[in-house]
Amino acid sequence: MKKSKDSVFRRLIGNDGVQTLLASLLCILGGLVIGYIVLLIIEPSAAWGSITAVIKNFLRYPASLQGKYLGQTVVRTVPLLMCALSVLFAYKVGMFNIGAAGQYVIGACATLYCAIALKLPWYVCLLAGTAAGALLGAISGVLKTLCNVNVVISGIMLNWISLYFTNNLLARDGIKRPTGPETIQLINANPKALMPTLGLDKLFGEKSAGIAIPLALVVAVLVWVVLNKTKFGYELRATGNNPNAAKYAGMRENRNIVLTMAIAGALAGLGAALFFLTGLVDWETSISSVPDMGFNGIAVAFLGGLSPLGSILSAFFIQHITSGGGGVDLRYYSSQISSLISSLIIFLCAFVGFFKLAIQNRIRKSDEKRAAAQAADDEKGGESK
Amino acid sequence: MILLLQYTLIFASVLMLVALGGCFAEHSGVINIGLEGIMLIGALGGALAMKYIPTSVGAPVMILCVILASALFGMLASLFLAVAAITFKADQTITGTAINMLATAGATVAVKAMNTAASGGADVSSEITYTAAREFFTVRIGSFQFNWFMLVALVCLIVSFITLYKTRFGLRLMACGEHPQAADSVGINVAKMRYAGVLISGLLGGLGGIVYITAGTNAWKFENGVAGFGFLALAVMIFGAWHPGKIALAALLFGFFRALGNVYTGIPFMAALNLNSTVYNMLPYIISLVVLAFTSKKSRAPKAEGIPYDKSQR
Repeated sequence: MKKSKDSVFRRLIGNDGVQTLLASLLCILGGLVIGYIVLLIIEPSAAWGSITAVIKNFLRYPASLQGKYLGQTVVRTVPLLMCALSVLFAYKVGMFNIGAAGQYVIGACATLYCAIALKLPWYVCLLAGTAAGALLGAISGVLKTLCNVNVVISGIMLNWISLYFTNNLLARDGIKRPTGPETIQLINANPKALMPTLGLDKLFGEKSAGIAIPLALVVAVLVWVVLNKTKFGYELRATGNNPNAAKYAGMRENRNIVLTMAIAGALAGLGAALFFLTGLVDWETSISSVPDMGFNGIAVAFLGGLSPLGSILSAFFIQHITSGGGGVDLRYYSSQISSLISSLIIFLCAFVGFFKLAIQNRIRKSDEKRAAAQAADDEKGGESK
Repeated sequence: MILLLQYTLIFASVLMLVALGGCFAEHSGVINIGLEGIMLIGALGGALAMKYIPTSVGAPVMILCVILASALFGMLASLFLAVAAITFKADQTITGTAINMLATAGATVAVKAMNTAASGGADVSSEITYTAAREFFTVRIGSFQFNWFMLVALVCLIVSFITLYKTRFGLRLMACGEHPQAADSVGINVAKMRYAGVLISGLLGGLGGIVYITAGTNAWKFENGVAGFGFLALAVMIFGAWHPGKIALAALLFGFFRALGNVYTGIPFMAALNLNSTVYNMLPYIISLVVLAFTSKKSRAPKAEGIPYDKSQR
């Protein structure tokens, strides 16, 4: 009896997915513990209340308001998930899409320009945002294939270029509100640009909840299907695993790289469109650093074990603690404590490979030990005969 | 015009220091994407020193302390990369990106906590002001404002060149970035050399950080990071073909374009163009992208950079 239970456990721990899950949970735990220690150092008396506020997020509100804040968290999860999908899609082909941040920015730029300046309906704005992101991603891809420019470096440069471009374009009269740095609210500028809510607004009691949520889930599943069930996805993964072997097998490496970066860019751009067309927030034209969304996408993708479905969970978690950051005791702390926690988590994610290797070594060693014990047993048995 | 020269030199100093840092790390075989974050932490160290050391100590002591504090903080930040990438063989790009995020979030949380505690909750900004101490770093020569950091950058350039190409340590360091297995086989400790490379990059990156935040302002808001300067420095390093001399020239070029953004309103023909200030903000990044597109084809990057050293792969 004991033996069969043991083998179930061993089979579980030997499973790659389970190891990834364990590693991710360990990263989360590590991030939260270090975050808590930081809070303790700053001010011990309020640390526990604040770290629980970060973990609880919407649950810290009275029951009647929980749905609304859950809704807001989910609405903000959508762009984060899309950026994570963008990062993991490119990563499967061996490219690190740090440019997701810029693709997100330029997606927001195109979306809002179409919505506010051109007064187009929401689906056109959505396509425009996606196309703008795809274009920026494709530029990185082309620079890589034609000029051998590292995707990381071109991505970073394009992040800043898109930020300044966007701030410049959206700060014009008729797009920016006259009284502040934000763009005009969609409800005033062009209500047609707001996405349909499908009744989700009533379900959550939050008017920004809508079609973006199911759409994002569909896209996540699509990305999984493309990567795992199509010839194109197989080629991409083969190129990522061994570019030379893939090339030798007749796969067109250059075409695949450009296409991958365009799709990755499209995902990030779509994320921005799905977020800004909810009307929850407006673009702030005075920001002087690239929004965290794209970078957090990296954290989400790795925390989710580079799987589209795992990313859904990790995106919700990261957004959950990011929104929860607003609940810390502001007399002593700042809400950036949650960015600190999520960046700690991504730092710890870098150790996942090491952690998995340690588990595998452990299993192998115990297997060897067992085999040796078995052999010794057999020998003894032989002697007694 | 003198103002343009002054800003060009100071921004070139920043870019050169940080690019030299990147150069050391990459020659040892570790890609340091985290320079942006290392700069910010170095800047934090220097800014704290400028804030808390009384101005009565005099200029030389102050300058020395600020330089030491920034270098030390920069090295501490780079230790995160070293431990993860060398000891634990983690992915260097992810680790570097994490350090950038960690630095901005960490510095913001720390400075905000300090300001909040010091003011009893009235001041919750992430800003450190260092007006008085900053005076020590500049000397007026006519209308040109000489900054001691320019000299520091020049010294670092010369020392870097000699270290890399004329000493046993430097040549061994570069061997670890080109072919670590071969280096190991003749008795060089690859891990130790890579630690040295990353820590030196932390030192230079930290210095670059303090030079950057004191270049044009008397206060710095730490939640803004260092506006992509660490990444620009990486572009300078690539354009400079991983060689200190060429890095210096590349830094001057990039520094010039960055300086234009600060001074264009004072130059009649440029002010007449009536371009939006965001155009000047974009300029260094656009130029670097174009330059990289033309120069990356024949990459002189260290062959083994980015690959964790594995003894068993000979």
